[in-house]
Amino acid sequence: LPAAVLLKDTKLMDVKLGQLGSWLAMRDFTPGGILGAMRRGHERYYNKYINVRKGGLGGLSMVLAGYVILSYMWSYSHI
Amino acid sequence: RALCPLVPSAPAALRALPPPVAVGVLHTTRPLHTTQQSLAPVPPLPEKGGEVRHGLIPEEFFQFLYPKTGVTGPYMLGTGLLLYLLSKEIYVVNHETAAAACILTVIVYAIKKFGPDVAAFADKLNEEKMATALAMKNDAIQTLQTAIEEEKKEQWRAEGRSYLFDAKRNNIAMLLETNYRERLLTVYNEVKKRLDYQVAMQNLKRQKEQDHMIQWVEKSVIQSITPQQQKESIAKCILDLKALSKSAHAAV
Repeated sequence: LPAAVLLKDTKLMDVKLGQLGSWLAMRDFTPGGILGAMRRGHERYYNKYINVRKGGLGGLSMVLAGYVILSYMWSYSHI
Repeated sequence: RALCPLVPSAPAALRALPPPVAVGVLHTTRPLHTTQQSLAPVPPLPEKGGEVRHGLIPEEFFQFLYPKTGVTGPYMLGTGLLLYLLSKEIYVVNHETAAAACILTVIVYAIKKFGPDVAAFADKLNEEKMATALAMKNDAIQTLQTAIEEEKKEQWRAEGRSYLFDAKRNNIAMLLETNYRERLLTVYNEVKKRLDYQVAMQNLKRQKEQDHMIQWVEKSVIQSITPQQQKESIAKCILDLKALSKSAHAAV
């Protein structure tokens, strides 16, 4: 039997749909936690797409595309 | 998750070390250099970044959908999504759409045409930086190698110091010998001088005694010759001389 992993420590892709609510509730929503989560996300993206020897266009263009979509969503009501 | 090599962040590395230990008065901090983990050398950067298809969608998305929908799945999803957005007017087609279409066309054309050249240029810059760093490292290694060899040579030289000490010891022994002999000579000379002095003194004394005695004897003899005896002796001498002269006359 695989050792039981605490729900708190499972990654998002391993969480079953039914446990999603409780998993979200267990996350760290303090300012320090949010900051840590942002830093972790940034580090993941940075080390995967930008901090490499031969970086490509995708690393930057994905950020710009995300920015375009986000700004479209924010200004949808003004269209 | 496991695709990108994460650089071990410094706080985690430090937290993993055993806590500090205070032993008596001397506050020894955690025993240093006991674990193998260290922050250097830093692992090298990965060669290529994560794969991105069409410059916008990460490859993981296509791999995620491949088991269920095959190769065309994500494209069908994209087409359906686009049509849904257009038909429901979630994406509104207005003047900005035309502007965006023109701009995107120009951008894609420029990237397709000049992309490889720019990439080669950036690679060349990187290569130059790496070459200078590598040259510095090699120079440092070379300097240290020569330093090691010089040190070994010095060690070999230091082994010959026994000969040096032997030569010095010989010198000192010779100096001591010379000094000893000089002093021996001095002693001999001094002793000889003193003995000569004693001998000269004795000789002098004896001589003086002799002279004095001779003089004294002569003086006393002369004193003892009374005038009477002197007359008699002179008369005798004259008689003798006459006799001698007679015999001499006779001989001639």
